[in-house]
Amino acid sequence: MCLSIPAKIEKILGETAVCSVGGTTYEANLMMLSVEDLKPGDYVLIHTGFAIQKLDVEEAEASLKAFEKFKKLNEEMDREEREKNQRLI
Amino acid sequence: MRYIDEYRDRETVQALAREIKKISTRPVKLMEVCGGHTMSIQKFGLPALLPDTVELISGPGCPVCVTSRSYIDKAVAYSRQKDVIIATYGDLIRVPGSETSLEKERAGGAQIHVVYSIMDALQIARKNPLKKIVFLGIGFETTAPGTAVAILQAFKEKLSNFFVFSAHKVMPPAMAALIDEGVKINGYIGPGHVSTITGKKIYEDIPAKYGLGVVISGFEPVDLMQSVLMLVKQIESKKPQVEIQYKRVVKPEGNVKAQQMMEEVFTLGDDWWRGLGILKKSGLKIRPDYAAYDAEVNISAEGMVPLREPKGCICGEILKGLKKPKDCSLFAKACTPRDPVGSCMVSSEGACQAYYLYNR
Repeated sequence: MCLSIPAKIEKILGETAVCSVGGTTYEANLMMLSVEDLKPGDYVLIHTGFAIQKLDVEEAEASLKAFEKFKKLNEEMDREEREKNQRLI
Repeated sequence: MRYIDEYRDRETVQALAREIKKISTRPVKLMEVCGGHTMSIQKFGLPALLPDTVELISGPGCPVCVTSRSYIDKAVAYSRQKDVIIATYGDLIRVPGSETSLEKERAGGAQIHVVYSIMDALQIARKNPLKKIVFLGIGFETTAPGTAVAILQAFKEKLSNFFVFSAHKVMPPAMAALIDEGVKINGYIGPGHVSTITGKKIYEDIPAKYGLGVVISGFEPVDLMQSVLMLVKQIESKKPQVEIQYKRVVKPEGNVKAQQMMEEVFTLGDDWWRGLGILKKSGLKIRPDYAAYDAEVNISAEGMVPLREPKGCICGEILKGLKKPKDCSLFAKACTPRDPVGSCMVSSEGACQAYYLYNR
């Protein structure tokens, strides 16, 4: 029922946006959002033909940055474990 | 694909799994109440990455699954009326009613159209002024605003042949009812797209009244693992609260414009949920001001057959998290996605179908 992936707005025609997801084109009705806040290049979440929210790119980037830190910590833990094991041997 | 691949990153998922293992000391059961989450969790095999202390269970988050059989029976009765065209989302068409399904009725000549959006149903109404178009409105707060938009549009255009048969429901009463019934869980993975519309305030009662945390989650594996981590942290520190993991989409206040349209068209009424029975103020009923668009007011359901539930189906208990699909004697034998007995196997968001496809 629900396309839970972000679609990129290609163009806006009145209260409809033509959006793309990985090469496939979808039309999204914009009546649940404010059209003036949207422009081509923005990402929206589409549900049963309606754009229900604009993706907050700043929040998305912030969370991705947080994950990078996480991964680095993980790598460090891996390295420590390897070194510890080597010492045991 | 941008903003998708990053949230499926294997190393990030592993790092999160490791962190969960590190901080988790006591056994916990976390329930997801969104069919999309159920599917993602099984598809990406997340339970296998979690420590033994963390168990994920599915709740009543699949709209098709919680809808009553008598709803299908009534839709079938409508489809048999002269001049009626049924428009429905694809999920519903194969759900068995007491005697037949919409799919079988269509094969028998009934006019039943599968639409991608309710706006397509509106278009069918415009093109067929001599027919009565009945749209089958199911779904939670994510889907209900779309129905509101369509009814408001029909009102604006003075369409007199467009009707909605509403079984729309709201999530919080079901989340509270499960705990009231004594289902033992330690936290909720909150539904991402319901919350996109409603915001976080609708869950505030759950930590306040029941001492359980709610973390509103996105749908990718990284999102879900991070939500589990946030819940485990809350439980370990004994600080249950409503948090948003899916911040790139869910705003604390939700989508206010969509809420206003929903409020304009619908009012809360009692409604029946599979597994939970009748829950007070859990259904979205069309307000008297818009009764001209209410199928139940305007279309005859003459000839509707009496309700008959299938024997052996434990869909209700699965929706409450008391049993898993594999506990059902019909699972993957008499009941498969191709030939489903219960609604949990029909829906692409149902727990039985998720287990059938990914965890048999």
